[in-house]
Amino acid sequence: MTDSPQDDVILAEGAKAAPIEALKDKGPMAPPRSKWRDVWEQFRKHKGAMMGAFFLFFITFGVLIGPYLWTLDPQALDIRNKDMRPIYTAIWNSEADVGWNHPLGSDQLGRDNLSQLIAGGRASMAVGWAAMLLSLIIGTGVGVMAGFFKKLDGPLMRLTDLFLSLPILPLLLVAVTLFRQPLRANFGPEGGMFILIVTVVGITSWMPTARIVRGDVLALKEREFVLAARSIGTQPFKIIKRHLLPNVLSPIMVSATLGLATAIITESALSFLGVGFPSDFPTWGKMLADAVARMEDFPERVLLPGVAISLTVLGVNYLGDGLRDALDPRIRGR
Amino acid sequence: MLTYAIRRLVLSVPTLLFISFVIFMLLQLAPGDPMAQVPLTVPPEVKQKMREALGVGEPALVQYWKWLVQVFWTEPKVFIDWLTRDSFLLGWLPDTNLYQGELRVISWQTRSPVMDIVLQRIPQTLWVVGLSYVVGVLIALPIGIYSAYRQYSVFDQAGTFVTMVGFSIPPFFTGPLLIVIFSVYLGWFPSIYDTTHVVNDWESFKYQLSQMIMPVMVLALQTTAQLSRYMRASMLDNLNQDYVRTARAKGLSEAVVVMVHVLRNSMIPVITVIALGVPAIFGGAIITENVFKVNGIGQLLITALFANDLPMVMTLTFIFAFLIVMFNLIADILYGLLDPRIRYD
Amino acid sequence: MTLKTLLLGAVATGALAPAAFAERGEDGHVNIIYWQAPSIMTPYLSSGTKDIEASSLVLEPLGRYTETGELVPYLAEEIPTVENGGVSEDLKSITWKLKEGLLWSDGSPVTSADVKFTADYCMDPEGGCAQLAKFDHIASIDTPDDLTVVVNFDEAMPNPYGPFMGGQSPILQKAQFESCTGAAASTCTEANFNPIGTGPFVVDEFKPNDVISLSANPNYRDPAKPAFATATLKGGGDAEAAARAVLQTGEFDYAWNLQLAPDVLASMAEGGQGTPVSAFGTLVERLEMNMTDPSPDLPEGERSTVAHPHPILSDFNVRKALSMAIDRGLLTEIGYGQAGRPTCNLVPAPALYASDNEECLTQDLEGAKALLEEAGWTDSDGDGVREKDGMKLSLLYQTSTNAVRQDFQALIKDWWNQIGVETELRNVDSSVFFGGDPGSPDTFQKFYADVEMYANNFDGTDPQSYLQMYRCGNEPKPSSQWQGENINRFCNEEYDALLDELAKTGELSKRGEIAKQLNDIITKETMTIVPLVDRGRVSAHSNTLGGVVLNTWDSELWNAADWYRIDG
Repeated sequence: MTDSPQDDVILAEGAKAAPIEALKDKGPMAPPRSKWRDVWEQFRKHKGAMMGAFFLFFITFGVLIGPYLWTLDPQALDIRNKDMRPIYTAIWNSEADVGWNHPLGSDQLGRDNLSQLIAGGRASMAVGWAAMLLSLIIGTGVGVMAGFFKKLDGPLMRLTDLFLSLPILPLLLVAVTLFRQPLRANFGPEGGMFILIVTVVGITSWMPTARIVRGDVLALKEREFVLAARSIGTQPFKIIKRHLLPNVLSPIMVSATLGLATAIITESALSFLGVGFPSDFPTWGKMLADAVARMEDFPERVLLPGVAISLTVLGVNYLGDGLRDALDPRIRGR
Repeated sequence: MLTYAIRRLVLSVPTLLFISFVIFMLLQLAPGDPMAQVPLTVPPEVKQKMREALGVGEPALVQYWKWLVQVFWTEPKVFIDWLTRDSFLLGWLPDTNLYQGELRVISWQTRSPVMDIVLQRIPQTLWVVGLSYVVGVLIALPIGIYSAYRQYSVFDQAGTFVTMVGFSIPPFFTGPLLIVIFSVYLGWFPSIYDTTHVVNDWESFKYQLSQMIMPVMVLALQTTAQLSRYMRASMLDNLNQDYVRTARAKGLSEAVVVMVHVLRNSMIPVITVIALGVPAIFGGAIITENVFKVNGIGQLLITALFANDLPMVMTLTFIFAFLIVMFNLIADILYGLLDPRIRYD
Repeated sequence: MTLKTLLLGAVATGALAPAAFAERGEDGHVNIIYWQAPSIMTPYLSSGTKDIEASSLVLEPLGRYTETGELVPYLAEEIPTVENGGVSEDLKSITWKLKEGLLWSDGSPVTSADVKFTADYCMDPEGGCAQLAKFDHIASIDTPDDLTVVVNFDEAMPNPYGPFMGGQSPILQKAQFESCTGAAASTCTEANFNPIGTGPFVVDEFKPNDVISLSANPNYRDPAKPAFATATLKGGGDAEAAARAVLQTGEFDYAWNLQLAPDVLASMAEGGQGTPVSAFGTLVERLEMNMTDPSPDLPEGERSTVAHPHPILSDFNVRKALSMAIDRGLLTEIGYGQAGRPTCNLVPAPALYASDNEECLTQDLEGAKALLEEAGWTDSDGDGVREKDGMKLSLLYQTSTNAVRQDFQALIKDWWNQIGVETELRNVDSSVFFGGDPGSPDTFQKFYADVEMYANNFDGTDPQSYLQMYRCGNEPKPSSQWQGENINRFCNEEYDALLDELAKTGELSKRGEIAKQLNDIITKETMTIVPLVDRGRVSAHSNTLGGVVLNTWDSELWNAADWYRIDG
């Protein structure tokens, strides 16, 4: 039995046929189903994955169209209405300072929490996904190459060691010194910063993925199905695409989930160092960090961004679980 | 495998030299000034004199060479002297007195040898960060294994939920949260770690436990979250393999099948992640150490970075690089032991 | 809050009486937390505030400043003045007399040779001494006998209290530091970490950047002091955690410099374990206007230099309008609370030198708009941003990273937007911002922005050197490796002439007059510096620690010898 996802069709058909009826010829069977349809059917059965997908869709949709529904400017100060509590606080505390003008309350300068959450979500989701994908692509690429091609293993892994050893703070400061001005000139203050942040987070977080993928590939490439593929003269890149990548999918999915969380949090750490977005540009990580000092008096200010980050990460996690199960031919169809 | 290990060890010398050079140049390139924390009331001419006294103005290559000599020639001499003079193991040997007062690696902040401060910081770093890592690994592996074995059970779902939420909430929030709950409201644990505390009896051990428990919990949560996800994913990949069916068909007990056959084959990514994490113990946990005032190596590194104390930053990152190279080598050797099909030669 | 402070004060005075009969060391242990950890025990090699203050527990100067800015003798018999003959008529020499019978903590006598040695130690050209400025203009130091020190200056010094006065220049023991001069200064780890001093405490163990364990000095000159037998000075963490440890959990007795938003501090103070205390000095949070063009289109080496005047901020009316749009009262309330006062002056204290200029204290958005209209800045395309000659009224406003400063940025941006000024905010890590690395574009000296905000003050009580920073030609520029103190690139003949006059004047009231004029020129008359808040220092002490007197003119721990435990 090989691990190629090709075999599942035969398996699935075989499983359906009862032993005696198998002897009878019932004419042509239904046309072979597309693999991706199977994957989708399996994926749909996965409750967690559907929920995860729904959450992610909801959050993405929310941050995309939110600013049109709730039009308050997240950067607008409303100093007379500062430190307001969310509307639900009124349920147990009738004296709380609440109002429909700020349904989730406002911060110490009177900025609206709801519109900050929406605007922050846009930035955090964009940075999180882009940085995570960048780091996954670099990590997987380096890992597969190093694991599969013996000649590349040494140089690529020493490169990984080097990147693991680089102190991040000076690296950031160098990146800012060298690239902020040209990026700002070409993409504007926020666009330039976005590119810088994504690149910096991506470049400093691909190494674990690379090492994990390489470790798995080292073991996989000695397995029978790869040797078989090799012996019939399959091109190396075909082997990687057909046989190796599908089999290292699950650690990659885990890396992706963890990477998303890390990227969202790292972004907030960067803005402390003056590398991130301008200080009045909200992101989830920054909202969380700013609110820690006041968490006893205004717990909602840490809870809102905290829950948003957690739900996003959980959503990606379940989505990854479902995708992995759906793509695994041995699980699919059960 | 032995020749491979030796070859890698030999190769790691130029690798480390190269890494140290890149780090050095990076630090040179990074903007920063050891005088940044000097108050603005000190005039610029005085600051310039102070910089000169530290040797800041010298050409980068000269500084790098001096650093190399100090780390690879002077410091080992001091270490050998210490071994033959004070250490328990080799103290019976005659004193060597190799060190003749040459300039050691001197921190710009404290004007004292960097290695002395590093040694001073190691106990609390090991107590807190090291222990949290051990705790994290010990919790994560069983959780990962059991979650995979009973995929989508209540245990698995709860485990997934807790670990993912735990991982996505950063320590700069969980730390103060624990302090507010356990130090302010309940008053159970101290919020400030006492690095001068000496454990010599049961009472002092109990105090040590109470001051360690919060930072260890915060750090272990992160480790557990990460490791248990990899463990679970890797176990899931292997549980449906043919060899598992074969093993079961042979009549092996479920415990043997899971704990011996499947576990061994699932360990490769887990070993990778663990090996990546061990040098990080030495690197310390910057945020958590700062929140609980543990003042270990992480705090040392971050204060040195902010004060632009290049000799300190350089030495710490180099030690860190050394551990990374060594533990990645160990991981590579372990791959070969776990899966004999992996051949490097 | 006020009532509580009053009550505490009453408790403190009540408890003072028994303290007078107290014995050394009877009150046990005191815990002090500094969220920046001290890294060395001498102010001569580091000069970070944390190090100066930590070493003030052990090392003492001849005289200190009190909490009101007056001079009190410590190791000296009295403060030398012209009146008592200690300072010569021509202001060129000062004669200090040491108290009799002073002992170092190792039991050896303190002599004038130690004082002279301290000056030699710092003035060594290779030592890299951080307090060199304190020893400026010293021609020679004579020691006619064991207790007398005569400092001769090479020019008339209206303020001769630079050397040996205040926490920055305490006396070192000659015997201990003799072999540590010049280039050897950094090899004397033992002496730098465990200096022998005359202060109330001696170092038992020094863990750099972590914790200092101290115990009472057995040879301290007052046999009844200090009341504490041992002390711990812990470092690390952040201001918030330090405040928590004193105000909420009561683990520590004293926390230094709690730069927290007032509402955060107030809610912590409800914990009831301790009390925040504040005092004012000369620290002023201000906006600095760049008088030169920081545009990135200019070639490197010409950006922010006097070769190109600023296209927008060279106009006085714009600077004035920017200042008028700011509500300093609100800024103070949000950022500093009790520990801040709105101010229009660069020199807010001492009273002798502080100008009475208060015209900026009322916000006037309409007036600011009118002023901009008058200056020709109009919003012709209706986008809310004013233009003139095709140039947008758009500013880059930078500061260091710090929660309060970011709140200030947001507020000021909001006001400026209201008067039609587009503002981009930038915050830079403070170790880069305040560092003088000529290779970085983000230092406050390089000023590659239009407006920047930070705080500055002066040592001691005399503002002369502080005002001299804005002399024409003292600006950071490529030829000086971007070092220089005239951050705004301010240049004004009248100002420079007044500075020369100040340097020649010895009479105090006359000096005050000139200093006020200088202050007014640079603030209200030219709006080059736009002061925002006179920032006090906030620290906190536990309710069981008595005798704390917060001092912003000297080390905060200046009177640690007088601290005692209140039973309760």
